[in-house]
Amino acid sequence: MRMSKIVRTGANLLYPFVLIFGLYVIMHGHLTPGGGFQGGAVVATGVALVIVAYSFEEVTSMIKKVGMKARESIGLLLFIGAGVAALAAGAPFFSNILANSGLLFGQTVPAGPNPGDLNTAGVIPIMNVAVGIEVWGGLAIIVLYMLSSIPEEGS
Amino acid sequence: MKRGLSAVIFIVLAAGLCAIPAFLTFGEPAESGMDQYFIGNGQAQAATNNIVTSVVFDYRGFDTLGESVILFAAVIGVGLMFRSMREEEEHEDE
Repeated sequence: MRMSKIVRTGANLLYPFVLIFGLYVIMHGHLTPGGGFQGGAVVATGVALVIVAYSFEEVTSMIKKVGMKARESIGLLLFIGAGVAALAAGAPFFSNILANSGLLFGQTVPAGPNPGDLNTAGVIPIMNVAVGIEVWGGLAIIVLYMLSSIPEEGS
Repeated sequence: MKRGLSAVIFIVLAAGLCAIPAFLTFGEPAESGMDQYFIGNGQAQAATNNIVTSVVFDYRGFDTLGESVILFAAVIGVGLMFRSMREEEEHEDE
């Protein structure tokens, strides 16, 4: 069952902004409040908005279940991979090998209050992105599965 | 008999739960040394301004792995529950 044209237009308008805000919360998880779980939940809220506004057939043509399943699996694999990469480098499991290394996300942080730099924190941004992708796919696929069990009325 | 026993157990457990705050002082954890360690060394060790994120993803990264696996298991459970209700949609996009 699809909602009225007002709701659909509003959902179309808000969807990219919700997505961008959620991805911002994920990417700046090591600088601002939030992180992978919270940002992923925000992105999944945008997906849920589109699912509420459109009928099931239209949603499954726009948002693929396979894509959401792939996001969830890739996110978890990337998260575990970031932990195993530390083992490969000779450090304990899940240790932050990229912090203060000068490589990707490897700049040092001065002590005390400072505005912060995106290029810091080592593997933490990578894990944030991994968890964000996983929560995005996981919550979206849960909503899609629950919607698929509701019988369609008037179609 | 069984109902009375379960009621007694419930009352004892509820009274124990209510009595716990009488023995604990709120807002004063038994071990606060770890907090000061995280606050003092988080910026130098994890290179993060956000201490909460450095605890979640660096110091306590293994717990976060458990959280992620729990989410994965929840999705698998929901998929198993709702899979049989609409088979045709399942095979359509796979």
